[in-house]
Amino acid sequence: MAIPQPPNDEYVIQIEGLWTKFGEFVVHRGVDLKVRTGEILALVGGSGSGKTTLLRQMLGLETPHQGSVSIFGQRLDSSDRAALQALRNRWGVLFQQGALYSALPVFDNIALPLRELKCFDEGLIRQIVLLKLQMVGIEPRHAYKMPADLSGGMVKRIALARALALEPELVFLDEPTAGLDPDRSDSFVALIRELHRELRLTVVMVTHDLDTLFELTTCVAVLADQKVIAVGPVREVIAIPHPFIKTFFLGDRAQRAIEVIRDYPFVV
Amino acid sequence: MSESTSQPSLEVVRGATAPGVLLRGRWNVQGLSAGTGGAPARRRIAALKAQLLLQGKAFDTTWNLTHASAMDHVGALMLWQAWGGREPKNLVLDPQHRLLFENFRHMQAIPADPVRFDPFGALVAIGNEARRFIDHLSGFARLLGQVMLDLGRFAARPQAGPWREISANLYRSGAQALGITALVGFLIGIVLSYLSAKQLKQFGADVFIVDLLGVAIIRELGPVLAAILVAGRSGSAMTASLGVMRVTEELDALTVMGIPQGFRLIMPKVVALAIALPLLILWTDVVSLLGGMVAAKIQLDLSMSYFFNALPNAVKIANLWIGLGKGIVFGALIALVSCHFGLRIEPNTESLGRGTTSAVVASITVVILADAVFAIAFSNVGI
Repeated sequence: MAIPQPPNDEYVIQIEGLWTKFGEFVVHRGVDLKVRTGEILALVGGSGSGKTTLLRQMLGLETPHQGSVSIFGQRLDSSDRAALQALRNRWGVLFQQGALYSALPVFDNIALPLRELKCFDEGLIRQIVLLKLQMVGIEPRHAYKMPADLSGGMVKRIALARALALEPELVFLDEPTAGLDPDRSDSFVALIRELHRELRLTVVMVTHDLDTLFELTTCVAVLADQKVIAVGPVREVIAIPHPFIKTFFLGDRAQRAIEVIRDYPFVV
Repeated sequence: MSESTSQPSLEVVRGATAPGVLLRGRWNVQGLSAGTGGAPARRRIAALKAQLLLQGKAFDTTWNLTHASAMDHVGALMLWQAWGGREPKNLVLDPQHRLLFENFRHMQAIPADPVRFDPFGALVAIGNEARRFIDHLSGFARLLGQVMLDLGRFAARPQAGPWREISANLYRSGAQALGITALVGFLIGIVLSYLSAKQLKQFGADVFIVDLLGVAIIRELGPVLAAILVAGRSGSAMTASLGVMRVTEELDALTVMGIPQGFRLIMPKVVALAIALPLLILWTDVVSLLGGMVAAKIQLDLSMSYFFNALPNAVKIANLWIGLGKGIVFGALIALVSCHFGLRIEPNTESLGRGTTSAVVASITVVILADAVFAIAFSNVGI
């Protein structure tokens, strides 16, 4: 049910015929997915449908049983270490729990990817870290706190600042609003939207949160029956008659969230 | 693609009135670091920075950014620094890049690293260490008291006791340690026997190897060896498992369910290790003596049957009881110290590593201290 796309469009992510197996348990049975530059794609699906596993496949944290994953036209199973490292410097990842290095203060957490490049001087790194903190709305006085002393919302914001440290073209978000209160969650969504506009990012996220989905995404990929059953803008995907889509998007909760679209038609 | 992969550079052009600077190439992290960074990129960035600073001094220079194929915050920050934290008078740039510089205007200074010289630093550090030590002692005393109370509760109603936990701990720290204690015990037995045999042979006192090995292993080496192995093996595991439970809030989950941590987690560990260690010591004694016997047979041609027959006369049975008594005390101490450190772990990875190390070091130290106390207290018994 892919939307017809112009042939010359550049794809950031290309997944072809992907199979994932854990022992005998098949998670993905021939998944195909393409993500274009500048899109905000949300992966949705029921619990255990393999959303996070698909995300991990895109990050190279899992190995496909069959099929291939290419990011920026570079296959992840390539043996070219330098190319893979260069690729990893072009994406940023926000893990569900933040995954801040608990042994390092906030400042060093954000500075780490910059220092790893071993080409910027400390003065510049300091300025960059400061800027990133400002972008995610964290005051500079928190820079020397340890991750254990931060609230959940702050951990998410700082993890996002770290994900954005190398000015990535592609950002992966795993449940970006899970565990945040509605107010924080709204401001986080606004933050990601603003950064998307400002930095012209491509965003891939896994989310359960319908509000986030309707407000933020330009495109939704639905995982069900071990496959991607639909890709496209929310409005088009909703129209597809599939039991999962019916319950996910047309349940009571979803109906309330859809009001958001009616009130604030989002701009793509 | 050649334009977008080109390296960042700047070109100085002579304008009509003032010099102009033309930026070319990719002024972003990718372009500046050439993808993966490293020393060549560092040199190139340093050279660019020097050039930028040189041009940034002149106030009326025209800066043309429209030929740069890409620009991000990092590239823009380099320019911003060269301009001395303000926009130059003559700046030509694409509208999408204007936003980058907008952000810099509101940038606050990062407060200085809160590390400053303190004349009494050393004194304060000593004081803090002393306080920490007292804190450890009082924490340990509280834990000991709690375990005593829990033991009382267990004795009052044994049918409601944490039998499954005790059994699981017995298996993990007892049964699963049989292999390693046997291996180490056997080898130590061989080494000890081999070295002593050489010395004893010089005096023609070959047969006293039985007395020497018997007393040394049963009274001293077996208990200490097994205790050190168990401290490294089970002690660290206990600390780490309690620490991880703290990190993942499982300890809090137990508390809110009304399941007492001390009764269900700590006390079973203490009881299990106090039972398992004497048994492990017995096992280590047997295997070490076997090793000693084998070495004595090879080195001194002392028959095994003689060794067996001579052993009961050479070593008084009191030595065995002392060895096993040590086992009970050492086992309880190792479990207590490990749990003490496990409960003090803070929810971060570094604390977990530090806590586990401290637990092993402290429990081995405590075992040796206790051994010294035993040596003094029972100096007239069994020898």
